[in-house]
Amino acid sequence: MIDFYAVIPLLIVVLAGGAAMLAEAFRQPGERMPIAGLGVIGLVGAAAASCFLWNTDAQSYGAIRADNFALFINLILCGIGILTMIFSNDVVEREGLPAGEYYALTLFAIAGMMMMAAATDLLVIFIALEILSLAVYVLTGLRRSSAAGAEAAFKYFLLGAFSSAFFLYGIAFAFAISGSTRLDVIGTAIASGPGGTLALLAVGLLAIGFAFKVSAVPFHMWTPDAYEGAPTIVTAFMSTAVKAAAFGAFVRVFLSTLEPLQGHWVPVLSVISALTMILGTVVGVLQSNIKRMLAYSSIAHAGYLLLGIVAANASGKAAVLFYLAVYAIANLGALGIVALLGTADHEHDQLRDFAGLWQSRPGLAGLMTIFLLSLGGFPPTAGFIGKWYIFAAAVQEGHYWLAIIGVLSSVVSVFFYLRIVVMMYMTEDAAGPVRPPISATAMAALAVAMIVTFYLGILPTRVIDLALQSIQTIY
Amino acid sequence: MISLNHYLILSGILFAIGTAGVFLRRNVITILLSIEIMLNAVNLTFVAVGRYLNTVDGQIITFFVMTVAAAEAAVGLALVIALFRHRETLSPDAFTALKW
Repeated sequence: MIDFYAVIPLLIVVLAGGAAMLAEAFRQPGERMPIAGLGVIGLVGAAAASCFLWNTDAQSYGAIRADNFALFINLILCGIGILTMIFSNDVVEREGLPAGEYYALTLFAIAGMMMMAAATDLLVIFIALEILSLAVYVLTGLRRSSAAGAEAAFKYFLLGAFSSAFFLYGIAFAFAISGSTRLDVIGTAIASGPGGTLALLAVGLLAIGFAFKVSAVPFHMWTPDAYEGAPTIVTAFMSTAVKAAAFGAFVRVFLSTLEPLQGHWVPVLSVISALTMILGTVVGVLQSNIKRMLAYSSIAHAGYLLLGIVAANASGKAAVLFYLAVYAIANLGALGIVALLGTADHEHDQLRDFAGLWQSRPGLAGLMTIFLLSLGGFPPTAGFIGKWYIFAAAVQEGHYWLAIIGVLSSVVSVFFYLRIVVMMYMTEDAAGPVRPPISATAMAALAVAMIVTFYLGILPTRVIDLALQSIQTIY
Repeated sequence: MISLNHYLILSGILFAIGTAGVFLRRNVITILLSIEIMLNAVNLTFVAVGRYLNTVDGQIITFFVMTVAAAEAAVGLALVIALFRHRETLSPDAFTALKW
């Protein structure tokens, strides 16, 4: 029985997903079911279970390990999931998305993500990756009437399946050198005889697989297309949750199992990190579609997170976890607002659509500003502290050039975040789009996200310490 | 005598064929098939290595991979059908609604 403790949070989310499916199956035509509430209950349960498991280091058959690192990511994922559910309650019906499928797939994707962050066996990581990916591919193409949606889903699927083949090939080579897919066994095998051809092939192929999932340059091509074509609420979900889960597994595999080969992968990842930061920012400046702009911004943020992995000293590792939480809240808030303003006929995702938001919806414009400033890294928001810790770690480790590129690209990125802000405050609303009303619950959720953004920006020590403690459990 | 290296080289060649197919073929169904070739190249590696190390793990892993590949093919073909309804073509060059 004790072997099952580690999977309890995951099981709760799976149950909630199954319940969402059943609710849809037994729904009378025209009846409106509170499926979002079901999802919130499941996710709160999973978060509570994660809190109970804290410090217990429960393990399930050597394949899933609920150490504090996995639980920290679980909590981030539950937070993302709860916010998504609350926003979806407003959005799903208005956009005409199939409710049962939407909620069930979102919950199953979250279960896959929790599994990915907690897996200590490469094969389980692969299966978790597929569980979350398959759910997210379908979510991307959920608007069946939209040609852009179908195209986005297919491009995402094609490159995702392509990259998972590389990932799997990497697992095969890791299996060849150690005779097992378990991370601890592979780690021992690599530590005893580092540097063989097979080991290097395994590292390279695994890195390609992860780089695709976190959308690092040059494996980022799917990101803008998938994020633009997907329903906005799905973009908000996948740009944050998939990244959190993929970086969780990335950190676990590269910083603990493959650490003996650090001399080989650090140079490669530093180049990838630099390119990712530069391309994400520079191309982001050129965009006039908000979803595409935030897609490039999410590419740039993947670059900052990679920089944290490259500069893997004690504070750098904790900074990755902290930054994941910071980025998730700010990005989910910003894209959530875009989703809440959209309707079935008008997506509200062009820059011009935001003209005069300050006059008609001052509260919403204020919240959007705060989330965008946090993404841009302004003090006293959380984004500033997150970037500060990552760049400080990079400088400590002597990666001066990367830190300089990081600082410069975040300065440039402020330009495109401020473009939206300028549009909201300083442009008149000339015959602007009809903006739908936003429920009090969604506003309350946004307000909570804003409070967390300021809390992490002003009093970050407690969460940073928590991140430091939890990252130590993966060794 | 066929050694492990022969199998690894064969699977490498198959994987390269699959990768080339993804880039060169101009029909989305063939591209999906190329991805299947890549996955099967990996399966060959797992089985050969498992045999070499005298464990059954390699063959068991292959079953997991096959299951995942089947699920992936199901979703992939469904997406192709959804796309075909909008575009009436299977050529990836026609899918240009989203750019830059």
